[in-house]
Amino acid sequence: MKGFIIKEFLHIFRDLRTMLILFGMPVAQVLLFGFAITNEINHANIAILDQAKDEISMKITEKILSSGYFDLKAVLYHPNEIEPAFSKGEIKEVIVFEPGFGQRLEKEGKANLQIITDASDPNTANLLFNYTSGIVRDYSREMMENKKPPLQISIESTMIYNPELKGVFMFVPGTITILLMLVSAMMTSISIAREKELGTMEVLLVSPLKPIQIIVGKVLPYILLSFINAIVILTLAFTVFGMPINGSILFLLLESILFIVMALSMGIFISTVSQTQQQAMLLSMFVLMLPTILLSGFIFPVENMPLPLQILSNIMPSKWFIIIVKSIMIKGLGIAYVWKETLVLFGMTVFFIVLSVKKFNIRLG
Amino acid sequence: MNKGAVILQDITKSYKTVKALTEINVSIEKGELFGFIGPDGAGKTTLFRILTTLLNPDTGTATVAGFNTITDYKAIRKIVGYMPGRFSLYQDLTVEENLKFFASIYKSTIEENYHLISDIYRHIEPFKHRKAAQLSGGMKQKLALSCALIHKPEVLFLDEPTTGVDAVSRMEFWEMLKKLRSQGITILVSTPYMDEAALCDRVALMQNGHLMAIDTPDAIIKAFGLTIYAVKSNKMFQLLTDLQSIQETEAVYRFGDVVHYLNKSSSFDPAKISQHLIKAAHTEIIVKQTVPTIEDSFMLNMRKSDSFNTQGNDN
Repeated sequence: MKGFIIKEFLHIFRDLRTMLILFGMPVAQVLLFGFAITNEINHANIAILDQAKDEISMKITEKILSSGYFDLKAVLYHPNEIEPAFSKGEIKEVIVFEPGFGQRLEKEGKANLQIITDASDPNTANLLFNYTSGIVRDYSREMMENKKPPLQISIESTMIYNPELKGVFMFVPGTITILLMLVSAMMTSISIAREKELGTMEVLLVSPLKPIQIIVGKVLPYILLSFINAIVILTLAFTVFGMPINGSILFLLLESILFIVMALSMGIFISTVSQTQQQAMLLSMFVLMLPTILLSGFIFPVENMPLPLQILSNIMPSKWFIIIVKSIMIKGLGIAYVWKETLVLFGMTVFFIVLSVKKFNIRLG
Repeated sequence: MNKGAVILQDITKSYKTVKALTEINVSIEKGELFGFIGPDGAGKTTLFRILTTLLNPDTGTATVAGFNTITDYKAIRKIVGYMPGRFSLYQDLTVEENLKFFASIYKSTIEENYHLISDIYRHIEPFKHRKAAQLSGGMKQKLALSCALIHKPEVLFLDEPTTGVDAVSRMEFWEMLKKLRSQGITILVSTPYMDEAALCDRVALMQNGHLMAIDTPDAIIKAFGLTIYAVKSNKMFQLLTDLQSIQETEAVYRFGDVVHYLNKSSSFDPAKISQHLIKAAHTEIIVKQTVPTIEDSFMLNMRKSDSFNTQGNDN
């Protein structure tokens, strides 16, 4: 057993391609997905609905427009016009001053400003809101220097189209899922298929090794390497992109291991039905990768799919894992909230392990 | 039950459309160096896979060291060494790593059984840090044999071990097999090279899934019974057909750069060959009597068994 694991590690470390897929790809993918989501704003088109039209509201407007980040595309006169303005798709943000904005601020020391953003591009929406509110706060700080009672402009943020900001940081749970799936399932299925293709499986079979020993020997190195991978992705997401990890890291890693084992057992299953490396790779691609990308909710929200696809998405292990990762990282939830999803993954793992041990041929052909 | 080390009874095996083995019956003694001789497609590999528990026969029973290949496959896998037809070691591992790995899966170490393989491994030990992919054909074969021997098997199965290996390495290899036999290991070898048959204790001639003859190489040659004439002339191309037309011809076949001619009649006069060829306008005619070899025996047996000529498959 020990000899088998050592041998497997040697295979991995000697093959440049395997090493690249194992360690180069995760980093490249995280960076790609991360930077593909823009985090800089230049000349974003906005509209302004100024229901006060007083000195202070004009000054704030002027300050926002002169920042260089925003271009005034339209001036609105009635709240009814907000929705149509967004539908045209030309503007990303509307700034709304309440009626009597300046007066209230002077008399009551408090006034309301609303920032409405188009959250169908959630990342941009978030950034626009942060930039705008930053400018407004700057202004109120300048004013405070003159007035004794502190002035307060309360800023209300409203996101339309995608109020929960789904999609923000979605790339991290999605990327972790895809990469773990790819590395675990594809690499193991290929490595077992390679033994078949090169004829070494014949020699392994004519030895006292039991099927379970061959499988565990194949899988253990990949569990370890996939786990390191998960940590690398999480670290990158946390440090480079500021992805929050609100829940327990330990719990997140435990769930990752469960998912890795699940993916590996799927990989073994694939290898039992394929004879060549190429077959194993194509099967992994079509059976695992495409459904994972398309049906798991990584790119297209499950809620927006037609009902048959929604039902189909339930058999995608990645869907459940993405829910778990999101819940832990973004919402900071614990086992009490994701036990159902965990159970589903666990069930799938057991199913595939039993299936592949049963299916593993003790003879040729 | 334990009469022989390897016993095959009425073994038949078919693939989808082809019959690979037909009613194979043979018993191999403990400590014997036994050769299965036959061309590609004779069914040698299928036979070896059945004996190494990799395939189940359709009918018949096979036992290795008294264990049934179907029901006691686990016991067999502990005591046999197997060297498949194509090089089946890890190309990306070094010589030493390969050997260590195969020792470890039998819960053994290189040191424990070094005495068994030392004669063979000695040749490749200077290259033990070289990757298996970079070895020459002869060295690969020695490494594969070392790996098959590292757990001290009782029965050794070598499927075409000398195919694709140079003549010198082939001779060395057979020397090694003889040494191994003297250590009490039963060895089953398959080979398409007829000249290697003489190096076995006993051989079985195989063709299209049938065993045509099982005996010692000497006995097979003795049983030949016909006189062979090696014939040469200036028109080698026509020689085969021209010789066929001599009366009572048993067989005519190419043998290296000459043609072997056999006549049914025991009182055949070789002068007839020359006379016949001169009439057919051949010149530079040479006719020589020669001693039969296993290959001659094979050719003759093959013609006899042509009546049940079924297609064989070696994969």
